[in-house]
Amino acid sequence: MASEARPAPLAHHFDDYDQQRESATLGMWLFLAQEVMFFGGLFLAYTVYRWKYPAFFALGSNQLDVPLGLANTIVLIGSSLTMVLAVRAAQLGKARQIAGWIGATMALGTGFLVVKGFEYHHKWVHHLIPGAGFHIEGTTDPAAQTFFVLYFCMTGLHALHMIVGLGLLAFLVPKALRGDFSAENHNWVEGVGLYWHFVDVIWIFLFPLLYLLGRHHA
Amino acid sequence: MTAPATAAPTELPSYLEAAHGPKSWLLTRDHKRIGILYLVAISVFFVLGGLMAVLIRAELATPQGDMFSSDVYNRLFTMHGILMIFFFLIPSIPAVLGNFLLPVMIGAKDLAFPKLNLTSWYLYMIGGLMTFGSLLTGGIDTGWTFYTPMSTTFAQGQVLVTAVGIFVAGFSSILTGLNFIVTIHRMRAPGMTWFRLPLFVWAHYATSIIQILGTPVVAIAILLVGAERLFHIGVFDPKYGGDPLLFQHLFWFYSHPAVYIMILPAMGVMSELVTAFSRKRVFGYHFVAFSSLFIAVIGFLVWGHHMYVSGQSVVAGAIFSFLTMLVAIPSAVKVFNWTATLYKGSISLQTPMLYALGFIGVFLIGGLTGVMLGTLGIDIHVHDTYFIVAHFHYVMVGSAIMGYLGGLHFWWPKITGRMYDEFWSKVGALLIFVGFNTTFFPQFILGYLGMPRRYHMYPAEFQTWNVLSSAGATILGVGYLIPVIYLLWSLKFGAKAPANPWGAKGLEWQTASPPPVENFATPPVVTEEAYAYETSAPAKEVTVGV
Repeated sequence: MASEARPAPLAHHFDDYDQQRESATLGMWLFLAQEVMFFGGLFLAYTVYRWKYPAFFALGSNQLDVPLGLANTIVLIGSSLTMVLAVRAAQLGKARQIAGWIGATMALGTGFLVVKGFEYHHKWVHHLIPGAGFHIEGTTDPAAQTFFVLYFCMTGLHALHMIVGLGLLAFLVPKALRGDFSAENHNWVEGVGLYWHFVDVIWIFLFPLLYLLGRHHA
Repeated sequence: MTAPATAAPTELPSYLEAAHGPKSWLLTRDHKRIGILYLVAISVFFVLGGLMAVLIRAELATPQGDMFSSDVYNRLFTMHGILMIFFFLIPSIPAVLGNFLLPVMIGAKDLAFPKLNLTSWYLYMIGGLMTFGSLLTGGIDTGWTFYTPMSTTFAQGQVLVTAVGIFVAGFSSILTGLNFIVTIHRMRAPGMTWFRLPLFVWAHYATSIIQILGTPVVAIAILLVGAERLFHIGVFDPKYGGDPLLFQHLFWFYSHPAVYIMILPAMGVMSELVTAFSRKRVFGYHFVAFSSLFIAVIGFLVWGHHMYVSGQSVVAGAIFSFLTMLVAIPSAVKVFNWTATLYKGSISLQTPMLYALGFIGVFLIGGLTGVMLGTLGIDIHVHDTYFIVAHFHYVMVGSAIMGYLGGLHFWWPKITGRMYDEFWSKVGALLIFVGFNTTFFPQFILGYLGMPRRYHMYPAEFQTWNVLSSAGATILGVGYLIPVIYLLWSLKFGAKAPANPWGAKGLEWQTASPPPVENFATPPVVTEEAYAYETSAPAKEVTVGV
């Protein structure tokens, strides 16, 4: 039964594939609306504290590694491209191409996380983890931690979303190879694609807000 | 009783008979069965929360602290609030009645995402059990509001477990809202246009918007509280430059709209009850429909009225005060339109209608005191007193639970296929109305006289009103117990319900009671709105007067 190439059937409660696809897409957009509000709380906190402590934010921002952040930005935008190509392959119903592009997306996503891991390690070594052991050149005011609290909360939550995304992509590869996706029914690829782009967009905001903010103060 | 006409053609097994055994329930994807799963779960949480209320009222019968220490009392009212709000009121109408009815009302076979719907129930259960587990292992004393730095630094107990429990349950709420919106957009039967939708559906659409856009904000706030508690970092802690007010802003940004998550579905139920039992088309359909959306939108802009005394600027306070008043407009639109629907209708005082009429009275008091509290001057005087307690119980207990019980009685025959006892159901409705008002009206007076909330001891001069309130709570408790008995009794001994026992017009009454698995024997085609009652009889009399 498993060897047979058969597209996923229409669920019993839908009239046709169009209805099923439109429902899945709308559902994903609503989920992303929820995600915007979820991250929105952190962006609000960022706004409040940056307004309150502009000097500490500049100081903190200057501790971040812009070349690494820039490299990661490029990697992530590249992964959005490969994701789009996976969706395109799904629309054409080309099973092996879907799996290939998803694989490429996963490779780029993993690369991003590895770089992020090095960055986190670097912060650890330089006592920039908020808490009792926090120390930063230039001030002893504990409020200087706020930048790093937000840096870790925002990039951490973003990384968590990437990990979930990688899990979803990994789940799609065998499905794709089995021939589950057809031109009519590839909602999973489309949905995970939307999610992946969303996670990219979050980074597009995080990169300038966290990394580039302090440059002109330096 | 023209029911058999549509129920006759096919003999499909009902959703209750289609499968048997625990697995057929716990792994079901049928929205109707999931609705029942929620019904059972929220009833358990309601009983638990109710027992805590009983203990609170028993303690407050005398001015001294006879039964509990301050610390235990703190944990008691905190858990009462958390269980009732997050695990009973928020899921009550949407997850039980909405789940069951929304697809049937729009002529769909199920919600758009049945598996997600079941997942939501499991998330809700995991969250509920975590929260209840935290209660068993000591509970928390932060109040349901989790204010920082109390919750992050000073509170003893299971703050983290409870917080994660609420976080998980929050996603159940988000996903239910998402499911509803997609279903309403994409799954309507042929002919079911937007303006033929029952107002119950409009109310749930508005509620879902709040669930999707509001809940994640409290989720991130809770997550940050958890992070601060766990890692001792300073998100909200002034010691590390954090701002405790930021937490209050994030919290109330959700938790004020959360009140509308509780009341909007009840208003949706109201529109169904008032029309069905006055045999009249709803007065001003479009206004009632859009007032739900208006409440949802304005509801997001009023959270600051919880923070008048928190150190928010006077300008912000004045703006929030003004915006709060705006909510009164769509709320009043609804009350006036229900009243106008009653006008010259052929009213029959069945049990659901008793709840509906009770709702109008109780909501009027709850709503108008809300306008009082929205006023800066009055709020500063009665802030954190029993006036507030009375106000939000009038809205969230009085109105929301009357709506829920009214709806449960209205659709009970549809859900279970059985009729409940006429007499006892009326006794129950009356006791709840009397008991509720006796419990909470004295609290307005107590609050106005200055009795603060959240204390288990009070000056002796307040005792009379407190005893009255506790006595009312006894009546209310009996009132809640009676439906439990006769509803359970009806499951076995109640008369078999016809497809349309009330002669109502909604699509849900066109299918069998209880409905088959895919809701309709043949996919329905809708040709008229949900309130096409013959308006001719009263209309003829209108021409005489005035």
